[in-house]
Amino acid sequence: MIRVQNLVKAFGSFTAVNDVSFDVAAGEIFAFLGPNGAGKTTTIKMLTTLLHPTSGSIELDGLDPQTHQNQARQRFGIVFQDPSLDGDLTAWENMEIHGVLYHVPHKVRHQRSEELLKLFELWDRRDDQVKKFSGGMKRRLEIARGFLHTPKILFLDEPTLGLDPQSRNQLWSHVKRVNETENVTVMLTTHYMDEADRVAHRIGIIDHGKLVTQGTPAEIKEQTATTSLEDAFLKLTGSNIRDESAGSADQMRQFAKMWQQQRR
Amino acid sequence: MSAIYILWLRELKRYTRSRSQIIASLGQPMLYLLVLGFGLNPVFKRAGYGSYFQFIAPGVIGMSVLFSSIFSGLGLLWDRQFGFLKETLVAPVPRIQIMIGRTLGGCTVAVIQGLLVLVICLISGFRPASWVAIPVAVGFMVLIAMLFAALGVIFGSSLQDMQGFQLIMNFLVLPIYFLSGAMFPLTNQGKILSFITALDPLSYGIDGMRSVLLSAVTFRPAFGISIDLAVLVVVGTILLILGAWRFSKIEA
Repeated sequence: MIRVQNLVKAFGSFTAVNDVSFDVAAGEIFAFLGPNGAGKTTTIKMLTTLLHPTSGSIELDGLDPQTHQNQARQRFGIVFQDPSLDGDLTAWENMEIHGVLYHVPHKVRHQRSEELLKLFELWDRRDDQVKKFSGGMKRRLEIARGFLHTPKILFLDEPTLGLDPQSRNQLWSHVKRVNETENVTVMLTTHYMDEADRVAHRIGIIDHGKLVTQGTPAEIKEQTATTSLEDAFLKLTGSNIRDESAGSADQMRQFAKMWQQQRR
Repeated sequence: MSAIYILWLRELKRYTRSRSQIIASLGQPMLYLLVLGFGLNPVFKRAGYGSYFQFIAPGVIGMSVLFSSIFSGLGLLWDRQFGFLKETLVAPVPRIQIMIGRTLGGCTVAVIQGLLVLVICLISGFRPASWVAIPVAVGFMVLIAMLFAALGVIFGSSLQDMQGFQLIMNFLVLPIYFLSGAMFPLTNQGKILSFITALDPLSYGIDGMRSVLLSAVTFRPAFGISIDLAVLVVVGTILLILGAWRFSKIEA
């Protein structure tokens, strides 16, 4: 369903994603793990048409998201790592916009919005402006919105960030449900290894832009001779803490470069 | 089509929900209109140009349409900051429809803003040459709004964050306003100023509005209504195409 070959993304002199290749079969739940700044989100952005790869090829359901942007977009849904709600609109209106943009028919849209808002316990607050919501509520709304249409492929970029255990449970059981009943292919990233271990069929671990290993959770544990995925992860990626952002001077240089490229 | 509609509606909802902003955005035009309008009135009259209040009213209307339409395009920067832009960029809707929906929304808001200022003008004593001129003037407001909403989209899609905003304000929006002849007659100016003002698209919008709203006795058009119309339509179309192209290239 997803086929990535020799994918590279460079920002100036920095290579965020370096020669990454993997396949995700239809109906599979694939967890993409890695330390901060490893290239997970950049990869997902390229898969979801938000960034152009520097080189390499991507296929979503047999389509190249570069050349068939709209057809590719019709096939996936995404929950972003960072917020993407309109704070001036109410929860219900945010759901509505999403439903319309994804061509969900009127009746189905209303019915599903109600179900999802109830499932994620936002129904009572549906007519409140999103900017009045707490961080956790916003997160829940983003997730509810992500499930409004039924895509073939669902990208979840650190969906459980900032969620309480109850909502996390709710989320993963819902992910499993749509995966089993509607055969949705899921690609997710998370920093909670136990979640990946529990939910994912297969796992890929990325570090410094390179795919270090991939396989089932059991395979990865076996390969590293560890008993938990967390230990395996630390063994593969080392225990150093990563600096996600560059120094301010670097950032400005980077920015200047990107700006110049944009202008050209 | 429904995507265009829902994004248009979004812009309107955001506008009507920010009451304090609506009132704040009327403050500046009112200052220009009431203070400058009445303050310079005697001098203007003595120079033989008629009432300055009558003269500046269409200019102030043009100013508020300019500001709110260009800011609606720059609203892209806010949406980028708060993340909503991504939500629309990955949706299975052609980018052109997203751009059209947003731009029409911004345009509608700008025209409403212009109408509010027009009402203020009428309340404070502005009298059009004839009442049938008002719908034609509204037509000019629509053209001005389209043109500058498109210009806003071009800059909004090219900038990465809010830091460029001040730059645009000081080196684009304010010059467009001051050089448009909103506050002074464009006729009988020196060569350099005439040349620069002729490059400013807003000059044609305001000249057009004055041509229909003011009586031919006191106001002599700088370009003439058919040239005004032609320039606004042609430049507006070019900017819309450019805006759509820039918008289709956005990466997030």
